[in-house]
Amino acid sequence: MDHDHYADNYIRDLLDEVKTIAVVGASANAARPSFFVVRYLAQKGYDVYPVNPGHAGKQIAGCMTYASLGAVPVAIDMVDIFRNSEAALGVVQDALALQPLPKAIWMQLGVRNDEAAALAQEHGIKIVMNRCPKIEFGRLSGEIGWVGVNSRVLSSKRATLHGKGFQQLGLASRRDKP
Amino acid sequence: MTSDHQPGFSTLAIHAGAQPDPTTGARVTPIYQSTGFVFDDVEHAAALFGLQSFGNIYTRIGNPTQAVLEERVAALEGGTACLAVASGHAAQLIVFHTLMEPGDEFIAARQLYGGSVNQFTHSFKKFGWTAKFVDMDDISAFEKAVTPRTKAIFIESLANPGGRVSDIAAIAAVAKRAGVPLIVDNTMATPYLCRPIEHGANIVVHSLTKFMGGHGNSLGGAIVDAGNFDWSREGRYPALCEPRPDYSGMVLHETFGNFAFAIACRVLGLRDLGPCISPFNAFQILTGIETLPLRMQRHCDNALKVANYLSQHGEVEWVNYAGLPGDRHHGLAQTYLPKGAGAVFTFGVKGGYEAGVAVVSNVKLFSHLANIGDTRSLIIHPASTTHRQLSDAAKKSAGAGPEVIRLSVGIEDADDLIADLAQALAVAAKA
Repeated sequence: MDHDHYADNYIRDLLDEVKTIAVVGASANAARPSFFVVRYLAQKGYDVYPVNPGHAGKQIAGCMTYASLGAVPVAIDMVDIFRNSEAALGVVQDALALQPLPKAIWMQLGVRNDEAAALAQEHGIKIVMNRCPKIEFGRLSGEIGWVGVNSRVLSSKRATLHGKGFQQLGLASRRDKP
Repeated sequence: MTSDHQPGFSTLAIHAGAQPDPTTGARVTPIYQSTGFVFDDVEHAAALFGLQSFGNIYTRIGNPTQAVLEERVAALEGGTACLAVASGHAAQLIVFHTLMEPGDEFIAARQLYGGSVNQFTHSFKKFGWTAKFVDMDDISAFEKAVTPRTKAIFIESLANPGGRVSDIAAIAAVAKRAGVPLIVDNTMATPYLCRPIEHGANIVVHSLTKFMGGHGNSLGGAIVDAGNFDWSREGRYPALCEPRPDYSGMVLHETFGNFAFAIACRVLGLRDLGPCISPFNAFQILTGIETLPLRMQRHCDNALKVANYLSQHGEVEWVNYAGLPGDRHHGLAQTYLPKGAGAVFTFGVKGGYEAGVAVVSNVKLFSHLANIGDTRSLIIHPASTTHRQLSDAAKKSAGAGPEVIRLSVGIEDADDLIADLAQALAVAAKA
């Protein structure tokens, strides 16, 4: 698998498939990406579980924080890693101890650990590295175009409104035809 | 379209950034002529103001029509993101406002468009920014001009009005060694002829008023982020690599990765300086861009025919067009502009000042005005108009000697353009 280039459909299917996301290394500081990715994903309807031992028992962006992956009280579909590349291996090992196993492990922009990725893939877990789920969701829904970013997606289908608001787009309409 | 299929330039020119309106189904991008946009709720408003969600707040910072134009231009240039603004000058002001601190310097090609030279020399001085001008053909001069205060290098891919071609890759290598971004003004070439990012540019700027819009009806400018510069290098670009007090300590480069420069230009420069593009102008330019590949090829084909004709005309002393074999920039044009050398060039008419005045006074199809990149063919005699106030010596060194005429060749029938110049040159010869 080429971890420098992921097909849009791979990312889109993954973001479609998962419902519960644990964010390891989530921050309570509202100026940090590790805060507002939690907030953004929660806004998109995912059940988000911040993992941060220093903040366990308190909320981050309205989501209850847990001390470890194992402490999260529900089955986790995706683990999003906001740690440095070296630490990613340990997080993957923790994830592999979960029952059931997560469907996907996502390493944030700037985080890449090929050993950890290979280990997860041996267990049938989908991997994304060096990407941000907020940016990818924004890109694939078309929202990111609102700030002039090149989504690299062409579509003659209407964008799909998401949720109750006006300024929220979903993933459905920009899916590639098989 | 499947994910691995890469769309071609003409497809991007029509589709990039645009899809049917989610609420009305309107297929053409609507003109969202609205100053403000309602928030879903207080939380949503807070997330937008904190740069934590994508969305629209107020048209000075962004507008949905403008956003489609931005994504379109980013796609055509092969950039990660774009910011559209009121004019090419506004684009330059915002780029330098983002990069420079008082006391900083940048290096610029001496042969730039005169309006840019004015902006860099006079207005930028008030911000404490110094432009050091060097000859665009002398790569070592760029190298020698680098100092610890240098923050950028600025060139035009195709220079206006001389029709000279920059060796973008060679100058990009100088910028890379100096650890500063290379900014390329791609107005005259457009991404149809040249994509500077593929040759090492880090930032591309445009006057969209010219060939991109292409119809002489709307002003606009653009800043394209190539996404290929490391802004976190210690202390050099505080707007990008230091915590922003106005965004609760957010570090823009860390937060926005490879499109941080475009975001910084929007949420700092455009927010505070204010030169936003009107939604109507964005719409007009978007419509123009849909036919850019067709128009630009016709512009170039016509320009080559007209330049060929003039180069063989008995009343013409010389023609400066990089599309002509034998021109000193012909080799670079073949490298960087293989589809055509643009449509703006100069020629010298025999008989000096009076002959020049006679030509521009007697054309019937060419319009005598100070713009370029219109469907209509345009003509100007710099010595009697744009450069009138300069001394004879200064005129000459600016490439605006008494005999110089600048053409912006349009997309009419080339035979009609040649016939028009033929009759005007005949009148001039008798004068």
